[in-house]
Amino acid sequence: MKTRIHLYASILALTVLVGCSSSPVYDSEPTTTEIDNAAVKTAEVESAEIEVVPVVPDTATVFYFDFDKALLTAESRADLLENAVILAGNTRSVRLEGHADERGTREYNMALGERRATSVKEFLVLQGVAGDRIEVISFGEERAAAYGSDDEAWRLNRRVELK
Amino acid sequence: MTNIRQFSILLVALFIANSAYGELVIRVTEGNDQPTIIAMSPFDLKGLKIDEDITDIVQSDLLRSGLFKLIPRSDMLAFPSNSSDVYYRDWRLLGAEYLVVGSMSVLPDKRYELEFSLLSINSQKIQFTHKVRTSSSKIRDLAHSVSDKIYKSITGIRGAFSTRLAYVSVIREGDDFTYRLKVADADGARESLMLESKQPIMSPNWSPDGKELAYVSFETGRPAIFRQNLATAVRQQLTDFKGLNGAPSWSPDGSTLALVLSKDGNPEIYSLNLKTDKLTRLTRHFAIDTEPTWMPDGKHILFTSDRGGTPQIYKLRLADKSVQRITFKGNYNARASIAPDGRTMAMVHRSSSVFHIAALDLKTKRLIELTETTLDESPSIAPNGAMLMYATKYNDRGILAAVSVDAGVKYNLPAKIGDVREPAWSPFLR
Repeated sequence: MKTRIHLYASILALTVLVGCSSSPVYDSEPTTTEIDNAAVKTAEVESAEIEVVPVVPDTATVFYFDFDKALLTAESRADLLENAVILAGNTRSVRLEGHADERGTREYNMALGERRATSVKEFLVLQGVAGDRIEVISFGEERAAAYGSDDEAWRLNRRVELK
Repeated sequence: MTNIRQFSILLVALFIANSAYGELVIRVTEGNDQPTIIAMSPFDLKGLKIDEDITDIVQSDLLRSGLFKLIPRSDMLAFPSNSSDVYYRDWRLLGAEYLVVGSMSVLPDKRYELEFSLLSINSQKIQFTHKVRTSSSKIRDLAHSVSDKIYKSITGIRGAFSTRLAYVSVIREGDDFTYRLKVADADGARESLMLESKQPIMSPNWSPDGKELAYVSFETGRPAIFRQNLATAVRQQLTDFKGLNGAPSWSPDGSTLALVLSKDGNPEIYSLNLKTDKLTRLTRHFAIDTEPTWMPDGKHILFTSDRGGTPQIYKLRLADKSVQRITFKGNYNARASIAPDGRTMAMVHRSSSVFHIAALDLKTKRLIELTETTLDESPSIAPNGAMLMYATKYNDRGILAAVSVDAGVKYNLPAKIGDVREPAWSPFLR
């Protein structure tokens, strides 16, 4: 979490820097001083990593689905494109964990969770991520992200998590 | 199938016999409209000190079947323990249709013997007199066999009181889960632990001889199918394929396990010969095919598939792998459990937005919804076909519940702590 705050601070600082590039006055200081130790990180980012860092630091790694469906939503596709860019910049392996809400039967939901994770994998592969870097596993309805038996909990549980 | 490993593990605690009730507590919620009225004169223990109350266990069994109403002990004028001591008129005035009397004795080999009789009050006749014998550590078994005998004599249906349940219990503390595979008597007593894991345990399924369970465990980090002997705790990992390894179902002759694998791209039904390890693919469809269950004839397998757009139940003929859809009412029908007569099929059924347990008569095609709660799942029919156990939610907790296949009788078995789910009713054990 700490690194994420640093990253935020850096990006904020950068944004301000870029936004004020025509102006000789840098008013980035208020932003950096609000967050602990951010100034140090800002300096690091400014030096070399400018091309890499601009990737949105909070790229979504959880993708949601409709009931009994494995189709990617427009929002998920947009998020996945960002993930594909990040994955193109490194070589790490990822795990896609598919989940379902509690409704319906457990083994069917295992299959549904796998189908969801597979559709995420297929999208990433289409974007050029090597398939052998991606592991798919389904937990069905066994590992809820939200508890309770209501629409909101169910919505949050019909998901694929990229790890 | 080279990946078969055999090992017994520390996590498996075997038959920690618990004479007191385990986690499950029974509450009868609904009974039959016209119950048979029966009186149980307390069994004469002849001064023997016995930890279990045999009369009470039998009464609870009969009550749980929903088919009986018991005459309160406080209304009885006498407690006869022998049929020759019975004044039929007294019992007729109390409204009793049947009376049970009996007494215990100790055999020379230290075993206990209970001699008991079922008397028909209306015809003033002894319906039967029977003796059951057992060691002192198996008093509950003795009591359940008394219940079985009484039930069979009055209803004509074999009693299933001496059977057992397997189920999964889950306790969550924050993000920490403890999954346990447990086995208990059909009345929830004598619960024992078979497996404990921090990773999910799913889909317990009995071998037809009642000596083993097949189940899915995520202990290796991904789902795998195991079989485990109840008496020896020896277990064996049967599958370790990429993707799904799920929904094991033992064939009626015990030779084969039907299961689900997605190693070839998407979930398909396979059969695994347990002697030869030969794996045979049975379905071939891009849809989800899962939840296989054998028909009693051993020649057909019921399974869930969404090949028609929504999950429905299909029947596969093993001889030619032909597939026939068998559910049409409702937009979600899944996880079939078939009665021993091969005719009544229980399943998870959704007609509008709520998931119930429903029974479909495969001959007349008549469908009845058996439950009125929501989120009902995992139906498992008793080996005598009279009741089925299922999982539901009550006050946001997973509980087990039972209902008769005509929906007339219901009872709940809530756990004292945590959630319980995925009941699997054992076959007859003797």
